Amino acid sequence: MIKSKIFLAATLLELVLLAGFLVHSRRVEKSTESLRTSQTAELVSVLQLTDLSIWTEARYTRHPSQADFFSAFQDFPAALEHFPAGSVVSPPTHLWLEESTETTTAPE
Amino acid sequence: MLRHFKILEFALSSLLRRRYKNLGILVVYAFTISVLASILFLTDSLKQEVSRVLEGVPELIVQRTMAGRHELTPIQYADTIRALPGVGEVRPRYWGYYYDPLTKANYTLMGLSSDQPELQQLEGRLPTASGECAIGPGVAEVVPAALGDEIFLIDSRNTGRSFEVVGVFRQPSNLLTNDLVTLTVEDVIDFFGLPGDHATDLAVQVFNDNEVGTVAAKIKQVFPEARPIARSELRRTYDALFSWRSGMMLTIFTAAIVAFAILAWDKATGISAAERLEIGILKAVGWDTSDVLELKFWEGLVISVTAFLVGVLAALVHVFFFGAPILARVMKGWSVVFPEFRLSPHVSLYQIFLLAFLTVVPYVFSTVIPSWKAAITDPETVTR
Repeated sequence: MIKSKIFLAATLLELVLLAGFLVHSRRVEKSTESLRTSQTAELVSVLQLTDLSIWTEARYTRHPSQADFFSAFQDFPAALEHFPAGSVVSPPTHLWLEESTETTTAPE
Repeated sequence: MLRHFKILEFALSSLLRRRYKNLGILVVYAFTISVLASILFLTDSLKQEVSRVLEGVPELIVQRTMAGRHELTPIQYADTIRALPGVGEVRPRYWGYYYDPLTKANYTLMGLSSDQPELQQLEGRLPTASGECAIGPGVAEVVPAALGDEIFLIDSRNTGRSFEVVGVFRQPSNLLTNDLVTLTVEDVIDFFGLPGDHATDLAVQVFNDNEVGTVAAKIKQVFPEARPIARSELRRTYDALFSWRSGMMLTIFTAAIVAFAILAWDKATGISAAERLEIGILKAVGWDTSDVLELKFWEGLVISVTAFLVGVLAALVHVFFFGAPILARVMKGWSVVFPEFRLSPHVSLYQIFLLAFLTVVPYVFSTVIPSWKAAITDPETVTR
């Protein structure tokens, strides 16, 4: 019965670690959420930001919500995408959902 | 209860007898789960960050397009838009991109009026006079520059200009400010050589959220070449960007699920001769079919639960303690200035259950079903 005891103890330890992380993340979220939200909102509203500064390689990856209509494949229609970020951005829903009635002006 | 423990003990001994094969499965299985979980945790935390950002974004951004491309917007548009019912403040935004040949990095230059409040996320202050700037942590790192230093940029007339760094945005704000160089409005206009009566675009405040669509339609009616971008469209853009159902995330997800399905299919379509013999002997020495099934259930559960827990814990450590360095390499692309992810831990039970359902359940099924087929066969036929 030693092996099963070791296995159960190890599993229990992993579960405790996972549960501990879940509880910790909830507590951190609760305690810092309002402060972080207010600080971020203040920053965004003063600097008038619209997008996350993640990909700085091209206009349409730096500001996906402000890009031209042709983005991300903007060099010519069906041009292969240059940047890995382009593979993260999915095409607009109306291209793959025919029944979609959404009329979007911003690229998705 | 003791019976279950004994079967579990037997299952563990059985797994240890084929330790290298099972260890291989465990490592691949845990790695797959860890990759999937890392993507889920990272994208979900980024979505949280976006939802915070969207709290402060203006209700409408009005751009002007010409020949299908973004053009500078005449400032007199602002007076007409301000006169529309339901519209509050209309502020011109002055911003643009700058490629720095010294660091080979792209920066976003942003003009700010000098009457800005103090920011918690800024060490120092925002620029208030010509020749001053506040920079993002990414810019401060690649230049490198600190408070009180000077940075050199080349303006539209090909003249080198130096700006004193009077503020550096703090690291926790780097997902928003990493590549920013903020100057005074006058400096941005002069630097880019913008016509004095034009701005990059306009930020429009709409008092009632329900009226944003109507205001956008009216702006479009008055200025047909205008392109109003509502906050809801920003939200949709980022939802599509960081949704686990889209783009690269879907590609990686699909690849992992297909790989996993092959593993499960391989197990489900047949068990090895040794395993078949083992089941036959167990049946011959008096084990019931239900005992054999319980044994196989335990074997599947031990592997999948261990792999699941190890995979999820590894993903948590990877994303929230180390800032997802492996995924960041994939996402970085050509960006020279790329933010370091220091995300606040955000994990929901939904994500955990989604992962468990997609990985543990099919594996346990694929272990039990072929064993059930072998267990209901006559022991003599199996061992022969």
